[in-house]
Amino acid sequence: MLRTFRIGGIHPPENKLSAGKKITPLAIPEQVIIPLSQHIGAPAQAVVKKGDVVKVGTLIGKSGGFVSANIHSSVSGKVNKIDNAIDASGYKRSAIYIDVEGDEWEESIDRSNQLAKTCALSAKEIIDKITEAGIVGMGGATFPTQVKLMPPPGNKAEVLIINAAECEPYLTSDHSLMMEKGEETLCGISILMKAIEVDKAVIGIEKNKPDAISHFENLAKEYKGIEVMPLKSRYPQGGEKQLIDAVIRRQVKSGSLPISVGAVVQNVGTAYAVYEAVQKNKPLIERVVTVTGKNVSNASNLLVRIGTPISKLIDAAGGLPVNTGKIIGGGPMMGKALISTEVPVTKGSSGILLLSEAEAVRKPMYNCIRCAKCVNVCPMGLNPTLLMDATEFSNWELAEKNNIVDCIECGSCSYTCPANRVLLDYIRLGKGKVMGIIRARKS
Amino acid sequence: MENKLIISPSPHIHGGDSISKNMYGVLIALVPAFLVSLYYFGLGALIVTAVSVLSCVIIEYLIQKFLRKQEPTIWDGSAILTGVLLAFNLPSNLPVWIVIIGALAAIGIGKMPFGGLGSNIFNPALIGRVFLLISFPAQMTTWPVPEALSTHYMDAETGATVLSLIKGGTNNLPSYADMALGNMGGSLGEVSAIALLLGLVYMLVRKIITWHIPVAIIGTVAIFTGIMHGVAPYTYANPAVHLLSGGLLLGAIFMATDYVTSPMSKAGMIVYGIGIGVLTTVIRLFGSYPEGVSFAIIIMNALTPLINSYIKPKHFGGK
Repeated sequence: MLRTFRIGGIHPPENKLSAGKKITPLAIPEQVIIPLSQHIGAPAQAVVKKGDVVKVGTLIGKSGGFVSANIHSSVSGKVNKIDNAIDASGYKRSAIYIDVEGDEWEESIDRSNQLAKTCALSAKEIIDKITEAGIVGMGGATFPTQVKLMPPPGNKAEVLIINAAECEPYLTSDHSLMMEKGEETLCGISILMKAIEVDKAVIGIEKNKPDAISHFENLAKEYKGIEVMPLKSRYPQGGEKQLIDAVIRRQVKSGSLPISVGAVVQNVGTAYAVYEAVQKNKPLIERVVTVTGKNVSNASNLLVRIGTPISKLIDAAGGLPVNTGKIIGGGPMMGKALISTEVPVTKGSSGILLLSEAEAVRKPMYNCIRCAKCVNVCPMGLNPTLLMDATEFSNWELAEKNNIVDCIECGSCSYTCPANRVLLDYIRLGKGKVMGIIRARKS
Repeated sequence: MENKLIISPSPHIHGGDSISKNMYGVLIALVPAFLVSLYYFGLGALIVTAVSVLSCVIIEYLIQKFLRKQEPTIWDGSAILTGVLLAFNLPSNLPVWIVIIGALAAIGIGKMPFGGLGSNIFNPALIGRVFLLISFPAQMTTWPVPEALSTHYMDAETGATVLSLIKGGTNNLPSYADMALGNMGGSLGEVSAIALLLGLVYMLVRKIITWHIPVAIIGTVAIFTGIMHGVAPYTYANPAVHLLSGGLLLGAIFMATDYVTSPMSKAGMIVYGIGIGVLTTVIRLFGSYPEGVSFAIIIMNALTPLINSYIKPKHFGGK
């Protein structure tokens, strides 16, 4: 029996339309818009100004704090302006506009395809290079990677868990990367192991990617301590706590970090980015993005420079279907609906999903019939309908008592509800409110 | 692009489940039991079921349209289901006017005053049944004897049920095979254990319900009556008789599992099921009524909010 997490979960239709498609580099656009907030935490501070000439890999935004990340130019050219731009969050936030001229790279970057397997650096040197390269969690959460590699004092990592579940329907960016950059990714994993000083790493891959499982099993033979663990296909297996539960059978307690059970979790795409940063001196300036949807004529996995407007990606995948009702940055379960096609690709953009109007319109909502299906699917063991009611009636005490802050916003409850109740909409609202109340009480 | 983009929070897809899919799913699960009752009770079963369903649907429609002034939702299937379940709890020779009163109690007292589907405290069909049992004890406790493809309705020959037989201490019981098939006296939908179990399997496969409530009830009754039978075999019937007779299986599979009135956590469902099993056995063995499933379920319905507030789902990471 394949392992999976032990509480709740769903299995939506996978719709991996772009599976097996080769990664295709996308042409560099005439202008890129590089937001200074592409990660969780403080925004980066711009270190260039209008008119500055930059190369591919030039530092343009400096990390703005402990939980923050550097930003590098993904193109060569001239800074046009630093201005607000609408990003995937829907807000206008500070971004650097660069007009592209040629494709000139910083000389320190090794652009060869030669596999650089050995790494003689110390843990600290590795972490410094990762920090320098501005690497963040590539699965979508965009938590600065170096922070996770430096556990708080008194905690010791025992195992590195690589998140290759890719449990979101439609998305195949991690899958395609694993098939084409497997060697590099495994090398990145061994570097991460060195950085956190563990001798064991487990790569969790859902069984709907049998080619990736066998490919990685073959490659892993050459690496000591790296194990591939096939997992039952189940959403939200890529959730950090769920993956840890699936792989090492330990549950991270409410409010605790994964390190409390000895685990550090990194996305498989992040491991590849780490390889490039440490072995090739290449900062995070491009990533694989899946462009997909049932009406997309050529669903693709594209290698895209950060800052490219998503309209260019949609064009490359055959253009915007006429009946498009919703454009989603990310997957259908946790992605964000985008408000324009000019939103730029950022470090956390794993996919662009186009839904038709018919797919995008929500059905009318009815009274809760207390069927408890939301309770059964909640991977955190919460009672979603109770939390929705608590939020609706502003009963924050009840919401807090029933652990609303533990919600991981996976959406399994809303997906399952036979009465089409917008459970997560309310819970998200209530969670924010309760977290504010808890913060206020502490200070 | 001229048409505007839709913006809404995640998730952006829905699994396609709906209230009506679940309600009609339960109705499909009730088909085998209905076919058996048509076979053994014939015309009477047809009339009582049709009248019950029609009255429930019409009463719900009228209340929604004219009293609550809302868009009627009769096609969600819940009123049809209440009608079928009410009929299944009635003798097949019950006069039409009593059936209509039962439907009025079920929908007009049990369901709509609380706010309709999802808000009721008690299982509406059971409210209807218990209302009739208390109001018309004679008519509600004279059951027709099964007669293959009978064309009798109110003129059907009547006889005692297994539970009233064992209450009287007689040992002249139908064979186990007859009890499993449904060839015995009783309310029209409760007689065939095999048909009801088929329905259970269907609902489990379709994931309409989980196993917790039926298993907890049936298990508790089996254990409790087993102990009593072991202690005094001549006073108390053996567990097989208790499981196969009366409304136990109908109640455990279709009535106690009503979404609205049963607990939400798995552990809560088990507690609720055990409660129903214990109360049913106590009423059957020591009460003045031969049958106690309806009362047991209604009592545990009332405790459901309490169970929900004390027994939570298993929280990730313990605590």
